[in-house]
Amino acid sequence: MTALRNLPMLVSAILLALVAIAVLAGPDAVPAAMRDGIGDPWEGFGPLHLLGTDQLGRDLLARLLEGGRITLALATMVAVLCFAVGLGLGLLAAILGGAVDTLLSRLVDVTMALPPLILAILVVAMLGSSIPVLVIVLVVLESPRVFRLVRALAMEIMTEDFVTAARLRGEGLLWILAREVAPNAVVPLVAELALRFVFALLFLSSLSFLGLGVPPPQADWGGMVRENAPALGFGLPAPIVPAAVIALVALSVNQIADWLVTASGRRGMGRG
Amino acid sequence: MAAPLLEMLGLTIRARSRKGPVDLVRNISLRLDPGEVLGLIGESGAGKSTLGLAALGHLRAGCHAAAGQVVFDGIDLLRTPHRLLRRIRGGSIAYVAQSASAAFNPSFTLGAQIDEVLRRFDPASAAQRRRRILALLERLGLPDPETFFDRFPHQVSGGQLQRAMTAMALAPSPRVIVFDEPTTALDVTTQLGVLATMRNAIRAEGVAALYISHDLAIVSQMADRILVLRHGAEVEAGPARQVVEQPAAPYTRRLLQVGAAPIAPRDTGDAEVLLSVQGLQAGYGRNFRVLHDIDLQVRRGRTLAVVGESGSGKSTLARVIAGLRPASAGRISFEGQALPPALGQRNRELLRRIQMVFQSPDTSLNPAQTVGEIIGRPVAFFFNLPRAEVKRRVAALLEAVELDVSLADRRSPALSGGQKQRVAIARALAAEPDLILCDEVTSALDPLVAEGVLALLDRLRRERGVSYLFITHDLGVVRSIADDIVVMERGRIIEAGPRDVVLAPPWHATTELLLASQPSTEAGWLDSALERRRRLADPRETGRAVDEGALVAPSPAAVAMP
Repeated sequence: MTALRNLPMLVSAILLALVAIAVLAGPDAVPAAMRDGIGDPWEGFGPLHLLGTDQLGRDLLARLLEGGRITLALATMVAVLCFAVGLGLGLLAAILGGAVDTLLSRLVDVTMALPPLILAILVVAMLGSSIPVLVIVLVVLESPRVFRLVRALAMEIMTEDFVTAARLRGEGLLWILAREVAPNAVVPLVAELALRFVFALLFLSSLSFLGLGVPPPQADWGGMVRENAPALGFGLPAPIVPAAVIALVALSVNQIADWLVTASGRRGMGRG
Repeated sequence: MAAPLLEMLGLTIRARSRKGPVDLVRNISLRLDPGEVLGLIGESGAGKSTLGLAALGHLRAGCHAAAGQVVFDGIDLLRTPHRLLRRIRGGSIAYVAQSASAAFNPSFTLGAQIDEVLRRFDPASAAQRRRRILALLERLGLPDPETFFDRFPHQVSGGQLQRAMTAMALAPSPRVIVFDEPTTALDVTTQLGVLATMRNAIRAEGVAALYISHDLAIVSQMADRILVLRHGAEVEAGPARQVVEQPAAPYTRRLLQVGAAPIAPRDTGDAEVLLSVQGLQAGYGRNFRVLHDIDLQVRRGRTLAVVGESGSGKSTLARVIAGLRPASAGRISFEGQALPPALGQRNRELLRRIQMVFQSPDTSLNPAQTVGEIIGRPVAFFFNLPRAEVKRRVAALLEAVELDVSLADRRSPALSGGQKQRVAIARALAAEPDLILCDEVTSALDPLVAEGVLALLDRLRRERGVSYLFITHDLGVVRSIADDIVVMERGRIIEAGPRDVVLAPPWHATTELLLASQPSTEAGWLDSALERRRRLADPRETGRAVDEGALVAPSPAAVAMP
């Protein structure tokens, strides 16, 4: 019964682990004959090229493993940075309140009011596409959501009687944040971190698909969909492969975050 | 015997839980005849709300009827298609919930919301429906029904809202109404008026009712027959007067004895003054003052009860003394030394000596910490002891509040309400304080559990010499624990003195009103209390209009009070 309810989570965790191991091992894990042999463009699945070849006849599996490194590394970096920025500013706004809170909150409102994709395209078009620019744009666009969550959570928990009790005892702010507030915020924050990763992955892939992401010839998943997109016109599966991997990773991370929230809710701990 | 209107036959309602199925209600049979009021009484977890909802053919998510039937007018409600149930609910069986303010939509007028129900079941014209609603509003003692009809929920008081909800339930002339703790959220004086109008409206409309409450006194006034429930099973059932006057079950006898313990005369000698408050004023914003010229003293080893209704400023008083809110004028001294007003200016020793216990143990204990961590922190914080010694003291504290030492490893969500409040008391005690501010510490607890907590607090006072400033709205609590009493009304102290002086005649009008409104199981209490109140309501005598019927905008105090 329990195992059955956790089945989607287990499948997701296994798939994600497989992807992670494969990407970490990288293209070197693929037999040299397969990796280096140049075939015809857009060969189908076959014994030599398991997932077929791309528009230049390169092995898709090897490209996928190589592209995964940069794609997943960038998405992780953006998620962690977003989280750090949002957490820091959100706590600041919740604790200091007043003018600081107003200023930060209005800034966040403005950022969130801008259509993200258009803004990103604009900035990348102006500054040129490079990895630092990509990371900064994504962090600016994604961290407001973390800010809002952290601010709301902290404000709510800070008014609870158990925090009042700690204040009455004369506890320091850091102690209160670490011992009274944080344990009650861990679950939603971890879920948020996972969600930010998914959004960063999708956003990054969208930009690459539009030709504004990771600059070629470096392989990345979004870029691979773009390069191989014309194959769709011939009914060939090449672009489906990187697209499917993006979807697979996004869904798996989501599923695990979901499981985490419900599992902790069932135990009656923390808040969902 | 005529056929019953509503009948439950051997009803068992089962819920899924992690530990396997749990019976919320076990083999309950009851019958409700036309025009009869049946009272359901029990503590939390007794299954009374589950039964109330079952009377509407509703089971909460995750529950199912493992056995039995709920028969209304020959129809088994638990096996009726939803389509048909919709026609019965609201029209033939109506429901009045505990919190009227949560049940009304804030963006429509009260009249429109009552009419919405009526329109579904009554083909009459709009003008006829309006007449019917106005008549009902009048019957429920609501002033100027024409004006009231167009009021929004936030423009009327809590008591009036609860009456409006009763009017809404009565509007389509149902045959049964389920009242689920309809006055629990109200002040005692407000409750009195609401109870009386509800009872009169039930009688005048000839409707049958299931009246659910945890308060045996109230149920005995409202119901013709009473069913006492505990842990989902029937304890005893019978005519209301018989259950109250000759209870058969020991459990019912215990419920009846709550608060009836003999009042031990207290030592009234002059103990040293521990806390002294002089000319204290406090408020919110620039112009709104909550506390006016408060003077009071707490003596060492004694209990001072601060009594008042919601909005009287008593919780604000506790927060000002605790240093959580600034005072705008006045002086607080502790052992003769001026107490710095802000928390940040008090040294650790002062913080240690004044502790606070909150109303709701659900929010005052961190759900992510274990009981041992919660109690151990003040020990470690104030006394800087090695870990083994902290652990030993935590065990001693748990023992002092009569809890099992093994609870130290559990987290608070796994505890019952009474256990949680005991943990909160142990946390306050851990600091070895001289003064504990108790803010409505028993009002979220069941009567028997509350009685145990009060006995514990009193024992700790005797054994450890702590003093209490005890904020409460419940005169029953005051009677059992206070040495001295301060009665507050609208931010002012209107009467103060030793318990036996304040609670004995001659009374101050407000004190008498509070005393008269305290529900009792006495036959005819409701009528005599109303009579007493009518006498007190004479403005020449009291300077205060007590008739809850007067249309009041909620005072800012009522809104601003935490």
